[in-house]
Amino acid sequence: MGDHSSPEQLKKDIRVYMTIFGALLVGTVLTVAMYYVHIASVWVTVTIALAIASVKSFLVAGYFMHLISEKKVIYATLATTAFFFLALGALTMWSMHDFPFMTTVNGK
Amino acid sequence: MEIPYTITPRRDTGLYNAKVGIWLFLASEVMLFGALFSSYVLLRVGADFWPHGLLNIPIGTFNTWVLITSSVTVVMAWASLKMGNFKKGRMYLGLTILCALAFVGIKTKEYNDKFTHYAIRFKDEAGTSAFLKEAFGNDDAATKAGIVANTYGLDEAKRPFDVRDLQITGHLEGNPRFWSLAKLNASKTETVQFMPDAPQHPRHAKDGAEAKAESHEHKAHTVKISDLNYLSAYVPKHNTYFAIYFALTGLHAAHVIGGAIVMSYLFFFGGAMWKTQPERLTNRLEVAGLFWHFVDLVWIFLFPVLYLL
Repeated sequence: MGDHSSPEQLKKDIRVYMTIFGALLVGTVLTVAMYYVHIASVWVTVTIALAIASVKSFLVAGYFMHLISEKKVIYATLATTAFFFLALGALTMWSMHDFPFMTTVNGK
Repeated sequence: MEIPYTITPRRDTGLYNAKVGIWLFLASEVMLFGALFSSYVLLRVGADFWPHGLLNIPIGTFNTWVLITSSVTVVMAWASLKMGNFKKGRMYLGLTILCALAFVGIKTKEYNDKFTHYAIRFKDEAGTSAFLKEAFGNDDAATKAGIVANTYGLDEAKRPFDVRDLQITGHLEGNPRFWSLAKLNASKTETVQFMPDAPQHPRHAKDGAEAKAESHEHKAHTVKISDLNYLSAYVPKHNTYFAIYFALTGLHAAHVIGGAIVMSYLFFFGGAMWKTQPERLTNRLEVAGLFWHFVDLVWIFLFPVLYLL
């Protein structure tokens, strides 16, 4: 989105913000609509819900937070964060079926 | 001493310092919420039953819109300052703060609805049956499935369920908050007036029993405390779902309040800085905005995870 220096560029940006505003509102409606449609498979439901949330968060982070055109140092910071976030997720998956003793009812 | 690089970018980063600072902070925030989301996943896959439909979806949807709107207004506030229009920027900032307050207000109402919603469990099957007959005129399997659905959602009601675990949900007369069995015993209360929620299943739609169940709804029934072995409001310790729900949304709400305080400071005291260092104020608002968008971003995931899935 350029360097936001010129008023012309900012005016263009504002139009983009408004479009994204609409997209975010619609995205929310879609997520809720999916709940009422009630898809039988849990995994399909979870995948769709998280896909919509990911698109929404991409729009917020990319445009409202200007990550589409940011400086290297911030990309480096976020790449590190992404690495550790994914590591955290991987550890969670790894421990998924390994519960501490006496913490589940039916000994799963 | 003057703080360096509040306006001019540093040569090595190409950014003013506060922007690097807020991104480092947000990186730590990602890990904080990431840890709680991981906890949620673990708790959920480890649970025998995971409740559905205990939150008010229309209210949650509306609150999501409120937060999205506030994200747009804060970016508009920044863009206005960037174009040199302080008055317009301040107006948008004010709207953002109003949205933040609306969000917290609605969340408070939602919390209060939970703190006044109760689940009770009788000591034995006979007590449960007698209560169901009195309240709904019936203690058959369909009624019990409807009661299970109130606690865990319609899907879970299809599973086999031990009747000794049956919790009946509803409200206490006068809508008290945070009552528990221990509290009632300590105050030597012998009975409570309990208004059970109607079973969720349409039971015998053809003979109009549904309408009959309707008429039983919201009628108070006397319940002896000595007959119960469980009574709790929907508080964190009621079940794992509410524990993680309150932990996640509570932390998120604290962020909303924190953001609102920072933006209020800029709203009320930003004028002086605008006269001397307009670019610095613009940068401050950008940093506050980045935090605010992050709060919105967290909610974008929280809403489907806690309300819908």
